[in-house]
Amino acid sequence: MQVNETFTPTIVAFCCNWCSYAGADLSGTNRLQYPANVKIIRIPCSCRLNPMFILRAFQRGADGVILCGCHPGDCHYTTGNYYARRRMTLLFSLLDFMGIERERTRVEWVSAAEGAKFAATMNDFTQTITRLGPNRRLEDLRCKVE
Amino acid sequence: MQRIGVFVCWCGSNIAATVDVETVAQTLAKEPGVVFSTDYQYMCSQAGQELIQEAIREHRLTGVVICSCSPRMHEATFRKTVEKAGLNPYLLEIANIREQCSWIHKDKLTATQKAVILGRAAIAKVQLNAPLTAGKSPVTKRALVIGGGIAGIQTALDIAEAGFPVDIVEKKPTIGGKMTQIDKTFPTLDCAACILTPKMVDASQNENIDIISYAQVEKVQGFVGNFSVTIRKKARYVDEHKCTGCGLCTEKCPQKKVPNEFNLGLDNRRAIYIPFAQAVPKVATIDPNYCAMLKSGKCGVCAKVCTAGAIDYKQQDQLITREYGAIVVATGFEPIQLDKFDEFAYSQSPDVVTSLEFERLMNAAGPTGGTLLRPSDGKHPHTLVFVQCVGSRCDGAEKGKSYCSKICCMYTAKHAMLTREKYPDTEVYVFYIDVRTPGKNFDEFYRRAVEEYGVHYIKGMVGKVTPQDGKLKVQASDLLGGRQLRIDADMVILAAAIEPDKTARPLATMLTASMDTNDFFTEAHPKLRPVESPTAGIFLSGACQGPKDIPETVAQASAAAAKVIGLLVKDSLTCNPCTAKPDELMCNGCSSCEKVCPYGAITYVDKSFRGPNRTTLIRRVAQVNPAVCQGCGACTVACPSGAMDLLGFSNQQILAEVDAICR
Amino acid sequence: MTDWTNRVQEISGVNPRKCMKCGKCTATCPAYDQMEYHPHQFVDMVCTGRVEELMASKGIYTCLGCFACVERCPRSVEPANLIEAVRLAVIRQQGGNHMKPDQIPGLLNEELPQQAITSALRKYSKGG
Repeated sequence: MQVNETFTPTIVAFCCNWCSYAGADLSGTNRLQYPANVKIIRIPCSCRLNPMFILRAFQRGADGVILCGCHPGDCHYTTGNYYARRRMTLLFSLLDFMGIERERTRVEWVSAAEGAKFAATMNDFTQTITRLGPNRRLEDLRCKVE
Repeated sequence: MQRIGVFVCWCGSNIAATVDVETVAQTLAKEPGVVFSTDYQYMCSQAGQELIQEAIREHRLTGVVICSCSPRMHEATFRKTVEKAGLNPYLLEIANIREQCSWIHKDKLTATQKAVILGRAAIAKVQLNAPLTAGKSPVTKRALVIGGGIAGIQTALDIAEAGFPVDIVEKKPTIGGKMTQIDKTFPTLDCAACILTPKMVDASQNENIDIISYAQVEKVQGFVGNFSVTIRKKARYVDEHKCTGCGLCTEKCPQKKVPNEFNLGLDNRRAIYIPFAQAVPKVATIDPNYCAMLKSGKCGVCAKVCTAGAIDYKQQDQLITREYGAIVVATGFEPIQLDKFDEFAYSQSPDVVTSLEFERLMNAAGPTGGTLLRPSDGKHPHTLVFVQCVGSRCDGAEKGKSYCSKICCMYTAKHAMLTREKYPDTEVYVFYIDVRTPGKNFDEFYRRAVEEYGVHYIKGMVGKVTPQDGKLKVQASDLLGGRQLRIDADMVILAAAIEPDKTARPLATMLTASMDTNDFFTEAHPKLRPVESPTAGIFLSGACQGPKDIPETVAQASAAAAKVIGLLVKDSLTCNPCTAKPDELMCNGCSSCEKVCPYGAITYVDKSFRGPNRTTLIRRVAQVNPAVCQGCGACTVACPSGAMDLLGFSNQQILAEVDAICR
Repeated sequence: MTDWTNRVQEISGVNPRKCMKCGKCTATCPAYDQMEYHPHQFVDMVCTGRVEELMASKGIYTCLGCFACVERCPRSVEPANLIEAVRLAVIRQQGGNHMKPDQIPGLLNEELPQQAITSALRKYSKGG
C-alpha cells in the first residue's frame, strides 16, 4: 500500500436537509473539528440522492463519497431513507464490480442531535480514505483542471 | 449570461477569525458569471441587507450567493431580502461557511480554501437556479370527522365551537361509540352515560355539526384544504326526518330473535331497532338481514303502527359528495376475537366473558338490568376470576398483539372493585403479569381495589379454564407464592386486547395516510406532532392512533381540533415551490414514481401530443400535484427515463455542485 | 458456567430473554406437583446462567414433554424445548459415545421405525 504523506483526499458528503445537515450544523455549533476535506452538499432527503451523483463525483476526482440521512423510521418524508438504503445497496455491488473499494462509499444515519457522531464519522471516513490513497479507478483525467 | 453577486459575511469574528473573507470575496469574483463580490461584517443586519439590495439593483444581478451561516438559520431572511429588491427569492443560494467551515477548522489557510470551494459550489448551483413561485391553494372551510365516538364528538364540538362547519360520519346508526357501552369510568367511577350523552346531545343540536349516521366514507380525492369526499349513507328504511323515535315499531316488530350488538349478543332485539334509549339521532333502523318485509315482502307491521309514516321499505343507499378542508380520523378500536385462546374456554362456556361484555352485565341498561348474573343459568356468581393481558404483549401476529393494550389494568381494577362493592359475598381474583397504572390517581385506584375492597391480585397467568359441572375450573400459578391454584370459578372475565377498527385499513388507503404494522395510524412525529398524520390535512384523534383511555382520547381529540382550526382559519395555503416536475416528453408512463411517492401526489393522465405526419398521439404521463408534493425527491431517482426532476434541487444543479467541489 | 448456558440455548434454539415472566407455562403444566423446578423457573435459571443446577436436578425428568407450555407461551419461549436441551446437555456431559454409527446395522429391525434409531443416535452420540 502506498503511503503518501501529502495526499489530501476530496470527500463529498451528501446530507439530508432535516437530520444530517442539521447534525453537521450542530457539530459546527459545538466546535467539533473534522477535516476540511469534507464538503457537504445539501439535498432535501437521502432518497433524493441519485446513484449517478456518486458516480459523477468519482469520475470528477472525488476520493470518497458519504451519504448521511435520518435514522430509519425518522425520515421527515416517512420512507425516504428506506429507498436510499436499498438504492445504495445496489450501487455498492455496482461499485464493487467496477473495482472501486467498498470503503470509498458509506451510508451513515445522523440525526439532528448527533453533532458529535457527525464529526466522528467524518474523521473516521477521512482516515479511511487517506489510508486507501487517491481514487484512480474511475477518475476521468480529461476532466481534470490543471 | 448570468450576473451573479457574491456576498461574504464576517459574522463579526465568527467567520472572519478563521476565514480570510477578503481573499474569499476576491477569489470568487473571478468565477464565471460573477459580476460583483464583496464582504461585510453582518450581512443579516439591516445595513447588510440593504447592501445586497442595492447591489441587485445597481448590477442587475440575476443570482445571489451569500457566504454566511447555515441556510437553516437565515435562508428565509435573505430570500425576503432579495425579493424586496425585485429578484425571485429562489435565485439565492447560501454557502455555509460558518457551521461547516469557520467553526470547525482552526487553520486559517485551510478554512479559507474550503470557504472558496463552498462558495464555488454555490455559484455553480445558482447559475442553474430558476425562478420559482410558491403556489397558493384555497382552503374549504369545512371539516370532516370520521367516527362518532367520544374522540370524534369532542373534535367536532371543538371545531364547531370555533365557528367552522363539521360533518361527523358514523358507521353505526347512532354516535357515541364504545363509551356508550361502558358502565362506569375509572378512576372517578362516574357513570359513562351521564357524562357522554350530554355531549352527544350537544353535537346533535350544534348548528355547525351535521351528523351523518349509518354511513361510510367511500372515496376521498384531493389534498390539504381541498378534499372531496364521497360518503355512502346506507338505507335505514326509515325516514330520518319523519321518525320521532317513539319506539312503538321496535315493540311491535314480530322478529324478536336478532342478536343485540349493543349488548354484544347477550340479549336480543327486534329487526327494527333503536340501539339504546339515548341514541343520537334517535331514529329507528331496519336491519335488512332480519326484516321479513325486506326479505320476503310479508309483514309490514312497523309501517302499520308508525303514526309518523316514517317507514320506507324502498329507501336506497344515498351517495353524498362534499368538499372539506381537513379530515380527522377517529375510527377507534375493537376488542380482538378470542378464537385463538381456546385455553380460556371462551367459546365453550357462556360464563367466560370479555371485559366489554362484563360492562354490559354490570350496566343498569344492560341485558340483566344491572344485576350481575351468570349468562348460563342466571344465577348470582360467587367466585370471579379476571385474566389480564389476553392477547396483548404477545410474540408476533401468530400469538396475538405485540403491544400493551394500556387500558385493561385500570378497567379490570374497576370491575373487581365494583363487583366487591355491590356484592361483598364474592371472591374476586385478578391474575396479572404486571399491573401498569401510570396516570393521575390511577395507582391509588388500583391500591384501593386491593387494600379496601380485598380483591386478590395474583402474579401469574391463568393456564387453563375447563367448564365442568356448571363450574369453571381455573388452573393458575401464583408465582410469588410459589403454589399452584385450582379455583372453582363461577365466571371468568378476559381482558381482551384491543385492536384498531377493521375499517381503518381501507380508510388509510383512501386517505394515503400511513399506518404501522398493527394498523394504528402513524403520527407525523411521535413526540412533536402527535395528532397529525404525515399526510397534510389529515389529523388523528383517539384510539385509531394507539390504545388510549378516555381522558387521553379527549385530550388528543381537542388537540386535533386545535390543529384543524389552525388550518381552517387560513384563506389559502402557500405551497412549497421545490416540488417534483416531470418532463412530459420523456415520461413513458411506467408508474414507478407513483409507487414511491409517500404522499400520493403523482397521478397519471392521458395527454395528447403531436405525432409525426400531423397525427395526434395519446400518451399516459405523470402529473404532480404541487400542493401535495413535499419535495422529497424519491420519484426523481425512481424514474427510469429521467423525466422526473426536483425544482430547486435539480439533477443538473446537484451535479454542478459535485463538479465544483471535485474540481 | 456460561458454557452450558450457551450450549443449551444453542441446542434448543430458544431465547430465554424473550420471557416476560407471566407464568402461563407453569399455570398450564400438568406435572406441576411432581416438579422440583417449575417451567417458569427453569426458563429463568437458563436465563441467569444456572444451568448446572438444573442439570443436577432429577426434576428435569418429570417434564412429560406434552408441549402445553410451548403451545400457550405468549412470547414463543418454548420452555419444553429448553428442558429437552438440558437433558441432552446432561447426556453429552457424561461424555463418551453411548451409541456409535457402527452399531446401527445391528439395530435395524423391521418392527422399529428407522427414525427412532436416527434420533437416538443424535441424542446419545457425543458429536455436535
